[in-house]
Amino acid sequence: MDITLQQVSYAYAKNTPFEKRALYDVDLHIPSGSYQAIIGHTGSGKSTVLQHLNALLKPTEGSIKIGDVEVKAEKKSKQLRKVRQKVGIVFQFPEHQLFDETVLKDIMFGPMNFGVSEEEAKRRAIDLVKLLGLPDEVLEKSPFDLSGGQMRRVAIAGVLAMNPEVLVLDEPTAGLDPRGRKEIMDLFYHLHKEKGLTTVLVTHSMEDAARYADRIAIMHDGKCVLAGTPQEIFSDEVRLMDYRLELPQSIKFQKKVEQMMEKKLPVLCLTEEMLAEELAQFLKKEREL
Amino acid sequence: MLEKMIFGRFIPGDSFIHRLDARAKLIFVFLFIAVVFIANNWITYAILVLFTFLIIRMSRIRLYFLVNGLKPVVILIIFTFLLHLFFTREGAIIFEWKFLRIYEEGLRQGIFISIRFFVLVILTSILTLTTTPISITDALETLLNPLKKWKLPVHELALMMSISLRFIPTLMDETDKIMKAQMARGSDMTTGSMKERMNAIVPLLIPLFVSAFKRAEDLATAMEVRGYKGGEGRTRYRKLEWATKDTVIIVILLILAIILVYFRS
Amino acid sequence: MKREIISLQEVTFTYAEEDKSMRPAVNNVSYTVYEGEWVAIVGHNGSGKSTLARLMNGLLFPQTGKVRVFGEPLDEQSLWDTRSQMGMVFQNPDNQFVGATVQDDVAFALENNGVPFEEMVERVKRSLLKVKMSDFMNSEPHHLSGGQKQRVAIAGAIALQPKILLLDEATSMLDPQGRDEVLSTVQQLRAETDLTVISITHDLEEALLADRVIMMNQGNKYAEGKPEEIFQRGQELVDLGLDLPFAMNVSRLLKKQGVTLVAEHMSEEELVNDLWTSHFNK
Ligand SMILES: Nc1ncnc2c1ncn2[C@@H]1O[C@H](COP(=O)(O)OP(=O)(O)O)[C@@H](O)[C@H]1O
Ligand SMILES: Nc1ncnc2c1ncn2[C@@H]1O[C@H](COP(=O)(O)OP(=O)(O)O)[C@@H](O)[C@H]1O
Ligand SMILES: [Mg+2]
Ligand SMILES: [Mg+2]
Repeated sequence: MDITLQQVSYAYAKNTPFEKRALYDVDLHIPSGSYQAIIGHTGSGKSTVLQHLNALLKPTEGSIKIGDVEVKAEKKSKQLRKVRQKVGIVFQFPEHQLFDETVLKDIMFGPMNFGVSEEEAKRRAIDLVKLLGLPDEVLEKSPFDLSGGQMRRVAIAGVLAMNPEVLVLDEPTAGLDPRGRKEIMDLFYHLHKEKGLTTVLVTHSMEDAARYADRIAIMHDGKCVLAGTPQEIFSDEVRLMDYRLELPQSIKFQKKVEQMMEKKLPVLCLTEEMLAEELAQFLKKEREL
Repeated sequence: MLEKMIFGRFIPGDSFIHRLDARAKLIFVFLFIAVVFIANNWITYAILVLFTFLIIRMSRIRLYFLVNGLKPVVILIIFTFLLHLFFTREGAIIFEWKFLRIYEEGLRQGIFISIRFFVLVILTSILTLTTTPISITDALETLLNPLKKWKLPVHELALMMSISLRFIPTLMDETDKIMKAQMARGSDMTTGSMKERMNAIVPLLIPLFVSAFKRAEDLATAMEVRGYKGGEGRTRYRKLEWATKDTVIIVILLILAIILVYFRS
Repeated sequence: MKREIISLQEVTFTYAEEDKSMRPAVNNVSYTVYEGEWVAIVGHNGSGKSTLARLMNGLLFPQTGKVRVFGEPLDEQSLWDTRSQMGMVFQNPDNQFVGATVQDDVAFALENNGVPFEEMVERVKRSLLKVKMSDFMNSEPHHLSGGQKQRVAIAGAIALQPKILLLDEATSMLDPQGRDEVLSTVQQLRAETDLTVISITHDLEEALLADRVIMMNQGNKYAEGKPEEIFQRGQELVDLGLDLPFAMNVSRLLKKQGVTLVAEHMSEEELVNDLWTSHFNK
């Protein structure tokens, strides 16, 4: 399902003394099946963009096409529910949305709201708990008795249970410990690859954006200022600095090595693995010369 | 939705009204409530309205915002107006249609009550719009201080109020976030029957309570760690300062009262 | 030998003592923190770090073992005195902001300790200057970023001029910029004063700044030592749910690719130099 933002502007609390413009003429195209990262400084409008992707917010100007549904300012649309089922959002600190008596019921909440049968919802919940690496016993526990990391997983399961075609992630690993972060990011990548889930990730980690995304957009002061592949985005360090963003560690290191060798590696190394591989290749060639 | 509410919020500014001592403003509003009841005829009500507009001007808050933000209250005012209009049966009949009769006195009462309501709401809003919540709390604490003699826990009440006020924006944000998160999971709080809507509120309220409790617990810990053990032996960082202009505003109000008494019938 | 500031001796704490199935949150842990040190406590979520913090400032008392602060046992009598000597900053920036504005929040601990008005004004100003938040004296918390709120919390903690600053994952909810702000604030405070810092974290950069690292695992003290000693353990740490420094990860990956290195390096400079000397500078 393609999502296209056209000249989207948004203002919070419009027509009050507290009015706050958050987006200015944002254009962004997210093709079906892609892994899109959105990066940018805090307050640059990333979360606001995300909330437009499933029509939780409607643009004050401009329009968004989500699949074949168009969302515009004044237009009331009956199809919003359809959109919300197809675009699942994992908000920041999603564990704050847990409420039901048991984990099972909480995960079933989403799908059942969209008319999925009880048996089917239950089946999905059981599968998802497994997929997220939680023990079966948690299904009957209260979500509030779990550890922070487990609650996060249950909340994610609650979104995945709706079987969305597009998965939107707002800093999904904030506050987790390193292992939890890696496990969850790997899981999303797995879902993206295996199920072809279109994935939109908002992150502060340049490393995650470089590692997982195939397209990156940069938000700055409410505008989408740059969009392209990771190779394109990270090749312009000066511009990134204008937006108060950094290079991923592996590229920073690559530059140090290149400076020392006075030679360049053929590509930008987006991950540590890639860096090690390219360096090894390069050293081998040097030796053979 | 929530963000349009203006009542009880603070708009930063530097007007004459903004700079008044919070105690002066509180006393002013309380006295004003009494003064409003002096008015009982067209002239005195006209003076009241005039005075109110004067205060609005002095606060430099745009009328448009005031009116826009007070919409929910306007409905209440209209309702009261209609109530008086239809149920007061005195004076000449000025309108008659089927079983509906409107009397002169009813119209008069309706208008007067609405004006009274209107000026009170406007002036209280101006108090909260031009005064930081913390100053209002401080002012209340100072004004109520004599009641300590009767074992009223004035300090604790004031602290409670100041913390509640400080957390209102946080909890509003939180409500907004949780509501959106549940809407993204297909919950619908805006349509459907009464029962359906009530059911849809549970997934909003429970997380909100859980989070509020968590915050309260964290906050209590943070306060304890920073040495809070009740009002005993505490010093105060906030000092309110009563200036000439504060006396002046109260005097102006008293003059208004005298004028009203003079013109009332 | 430097003066001992905090010491734990065989401390055990279980949250619900009567529940026999409950394992201790902190189990038989001993360590000592000396004056002027920066100690980092690391470990996976749930390994008992916050419980240690609560034991160090008397929010909790151990069931067995002893906690000593400034050489004195920590008990009901010494509690408030200890707390005035130990500033503490927690994880969630919103839930520890007590005051209605920045300056009120910084003044809170001063008010509680009965500091006279004139001195309060002075100290609030000075503390805010130190954390570079002077321009925000009158700001309300919901107009501040996470990093700014945490800096205000630090200002509030140091306003009483404590000997110890205890940070319980103070950076874990912040964006990279906020984290840098907080860390450089702490570093600068250390440079200007003899503040002892205990920071609980799973952020590597923060742990690498410390003089000493204490590593927790499932309530037990797993290891203790200089950061470079701790991180030499490599895979062992990964298995316990921690990260390794970037240079070390790359060193390990390079070795796997058959590139010879003299060691697994902690810092990027060392790694670059090693690559240079062993592969080019022949
Ligand atoms: N509910 C809201 N009301 C008013 N302003 C808001 C609200 N949410 C966000 N903003 C403002 O909109 C801008 C963009 O915010 P956001 O989309 O949350 O940025 P990001 O996710 O990139 O940090 C910010 O300036 C923020 O203060
Ligand atoms: N208030 C509490 N009541 C019961 N158990 C708790 C409480 N706080 C923490 N625990 C438990 O104690 C253990 C250690 O927790 P904690 O000290 O918070 O770890 P960390 O800070 O390293 O994440 C965990 O298993 C946790 O579930
Ligand atoms: Mg955001
Ligand atoms: Mg903790």
